[in-house]
Amino acid sequence: MVRRPFATVLVYLGVALFLVTTLAPILWLGVMSVSLPADLTDKPLSLIPKHIDLSHYARLFTFNANSLGEAFLMALRNSLLSSVGATVIALAVSVPAGWAFSRYRDGRVATVLYVILATYMTPAVALILPLYFLLSALGLLNNVLGLVIVYCSMLTPFTAWFIKAAFDAVPRELESAAAIDGASVFQTLRRVTLPYARAGVATAALFAILLAWDDFFYALLFTSNQNAKTLTVTIADFAAGRATDFGLVSAAGLLTALPPVLIAFVLQKSLVAGLTTGSVKG
Amino acid sequence: MAALGAMSSASAETLNALFMAQAAYSDSDVKAMTAAFEKDNPGVTVNLEFVPYEALYDKIVASKAAGGAGYDVVLYDVIWPAAFAQNNVLVDVTDRLKGLDRSQIFDGAWATVDYDGKTYGMPWILDTKYLFYNTEMLKKAGIAAPPKTWEELAKDAKIIKDKGIVQYPIVWSWSQAEAVICDYVTIAAAYGGKFFDDGKPAFDKGGSLDALKYMVQTLKDGVSNPNSKEYLEEDVRKVFSAGDAAFALNWTYMYGKANDPAESKVVGKVGVEPAPGVEGKTAASAVNGSMALGITAGSSKVDLAWKYIAYLTSKPVQDKYAQLSLPIWKASYTDPAVTKGQEPLVQSADVAIGLMTPRPMVASYQELSTILQTQIQNALAGKATPEDALAAAAKDAARIR
Amino acid sequence: MSGRIGMPSPWLLLGPMLVVVLAAVGYPVVTTIWLAFTDTRLMAGPGSAHWIGLENFAYVFTDADFLAAAGRTVYFTLVSVSAEALLGIAVALLLNQEFHGRTFCRALLVLPWALPTIVNALMWRLVYQPDFGVLNAVLSQTGLIGSYRSWLGVESSAMNAVILADVWKNYPLVALIVLAALQSAPAELYGAATLDGANAWHRFRVVTWPIIAPPLLVALVLRSIEALKVFDIFYVMTHGGPASATKTMSFFVYEESFRFMRVGSGASYALIVVLICMVFVGVYVRLLKRQEAS
Repeated sequence: MVRRPFATVLVYLGVALFLVTTLAPILWLGVMSVSLPADLTDKPLSLIPKHIDLSHYARLFTFNANSLGEAFLMALRNSLLSSVGATVIALAVSVPAGWAFSRYRDGRVATVLYVILATYMTPAVALILPLYFLLSALGLLNNVLGLVIVYCSMLTPFTAWFIKAAFDAVPRELESAAAIDGASVFQTLRRVTLPYARAGVATAALFAILLAWDDFFYALLFTSNQNAKTLTVTIADFAAGRATDFGLVSAAGLLTALPPVLIAFVLQKSLVAGLTTGSVKG
Repeated sequence: MAALGAMSSASAETLNALFMAQAAYSDSDVKAMTAAFEKDNPGVTVNLEFVPYEALYDKIVASKAAGGAGYDVVLYDVIWPAAFAQNNVLVDVTDRLKGLDRSQIFDGAWATVDYDGKTYGMPWILDTKYLFYNTEMLKKAGIAAPPKTWEELAKDAKIIKDKGIVQYPIVWSWSQAEAVICDYVTIAAAYGGKFFDDGKPAFDKGGSLDALKYMVQTLKDGVSNPNSKEYLEEDVRKVFSAGDAAFALNWTYMYGKANDPAESKVVGKVGVEPAPGVEGKTAASAVNGSMALGITAGSSKVDLAWKYIAYLTSKPVQDKYAQLSLPIWKASYTDPAVTKGQEPLVQSADVAIGLMTPRPMVASYQELSTILQTQIQNALAGKATPEDALAAAAKDAARIR
Repeated sequence: MSGRIGMPSPWLLLGPMLVVVLAAVGYPVVTTIWLAFTDTRLMAGPGSAHWIGLENFAYVFTDADFLAAAGRTVYFTLVSVSAEALLGIAVALLLNQEFHGRTFCRALLVLPWALPTIVNALMWRLVYQPDFGVLNAVLSQTGLIGSYRSWLGVESSAMNAVILADVWKNYPLVALIVLAALQSAPAELYGAATLDGANAWHRFRVVTWPIIAPPLLVALVLRSIEALKVFDIFYVMTHGGPASATKTMSFFVYEESFRFMRVGSGASYALIVVLICMVFVGVYVRLLKRQEAS
């Protein structure tokens, strides 16, 4: 498709606007992370740092015992384990369930879909006490496995809905063709439906990881030390109390966003690959 | 401490202790104190947990609600003992303190742990709000001495504003949070205000009403920074440290921070006095912002937990770490090793700590505080007159279920 | 419909998911429902709770503060979710065009969304800081505002300031979903529409909208539920102030059950949040069905 010059100008203007609004707050986070505290209270405020101070990053990359770096690294591990662990479980159970939601026109199946969604509507603050009680009884407080269980409860309704929508878009004829070739339901699901809906499943996976990565309040109450504290809780610790170091919070915040961005990058590749296979078959 | 002999054998034991992150004592100070305790008591390990202040209450409550076997030692705020006592969260340690001469420790400190004639722990962090001022700005404005009364403070601030030295001379932490209650209680105490009279809400009359009127008036006159309505203590510190305010009401910790060249532009110009009084009523005022250490009712190691608390609150340990938090022991305040480098602060503390006014000691304090925060903010925002706002608060408070 | 060969029982397929969901939230959800009909108090010990029927719910409707919070939360949801939908569609259409640096822009789209809510909230609190914040600095240095102003401390702007922060972080989700749908659309469809001489709006209505509508509606359902439950961003940015102008329903659930220790009544607040969510979802499902029918 050939674009007219006017349209091209519009596209680049839009891109410029997109870049500025997306980057500006993050760049400011970057500026704060390398600024001296006193420079940040200047009037008028200088938008370009007068001195570059890398001490916050240095502190986050010092790894001896009891250091911030160690706390940060352990939190990174806990966040990755809990969010990826919960995502794997949620996806594993949501793929067959999503297929059932998409293919069975059965009132009871539809009811299950809405009941699952209703559990997701309950405010987390209301579930915290019973969940605390449950984890305490199971001995899973301050334990990554405990967080995985809790996160599964948040992620599963999400992934089930998403994957159902992705499967809705898969043409039935493809599955029928496979079925005629004698493939079982699970073989069809694995060989035909999943590859076709790969983009949707990848989106669901990304969504799930970020949702768990984002959690703050559950982890705040259910963890107590480096064995299970996640990144968001660790950052809140940096920001807590009466000597808030916003430079440190900014540096840690930026670093926290990196792993999901990398995961998104990898998933996007599979997303694009999924799309091409999809369009070839479509 | 009678039972100590029974457990002299050095068996391996573990304590779980809950602290607050970066408050008064730093995390590393608490770790150092604990390491020394562990060294003195071979076989004992103390697991330390540090959480933000906002999470401290939730953590204690959740652990208690789930059976209470989580923590042995917890740090708690002065406003919680009533609710904790009613719900049996903490161990009554009155008998363990029989051998101690209570007069060695400030009365205000005891107010942190005493409820209904019983004692629920040991005070540990003594804190109150002081009036900080910028000595250079006062000099420039021709003000010889810092204000002794709240009226004088407003007048001095007006002079400073009129001379164009700084746009908004006073900065406060009046956001919808416990912080605004602390400022309000300080001023109300100066005006001789009461919160309850015969168990009925009384903060809509007398000194308590005068205090809110004063707060609103300083905003109207433009001598208080209007952003105070969204500020917490850290914002106050930043504004004062940046040289954008002549006066600020804040906790002890600001003294050191405002004199730290890495974070402050007013190093060496920081004056500190007890919060002012009201002519004919009070000479100075203070709010009790202390914190204490207690043993949870679910703990199975009460004796060891008490031993740990007794160690952390002992005079030698507190004296050693006095740079970030002043001791609870009266004798420390004349000890040169403790006062060195912070003489003006210690001088003010000696006066203010004796005056510390508690916030209402009621089991439903959290709800009362929420009601007051909302109504005080209504008045500060100009949505209601101070009279109407506090009358509404009194009405809501009487309705607490 | 494919009722042909070997369709297993749906419960075989749903089983694993049901096990996971029941194990994780079965007990908490049932507990919450039970609590909502009792006068249970936190830490009061066994035997102190009584079944009080609908009393908690009756109380809620006399509680003007909670009703105001419900109104506020619905406002937050409507404004932020529609802004996310519009921005999401617009940016997805933009990033679906051919231009230099497209891959970079698509990767960048994930960045706001990857910033945890709590970091995002802290970041925006600093941006809005009235004395030292970068927003006041930029606006006054470019002459857009005369003097510094307060954003989060004034009732008229606090809620919208938080909405802006929330939309900035969450619209990329909508954009990514729409983008994925656009990419799965066969290119021939567009070609045909162009040949027919359709204008841009017509092309969007006839070709693009049917492709993006189903996934968009799913995204909006999930975003709306998230928005109606919103807690963290307010907890960090405003803590409900000024003068309660940003206290949401979840904040009341939190205060009521944790701070004021009335777990029973807190649970009834939580169920009301669920009910309001159901109303929203009901509307979306209706839209979805109409879309499928057309």
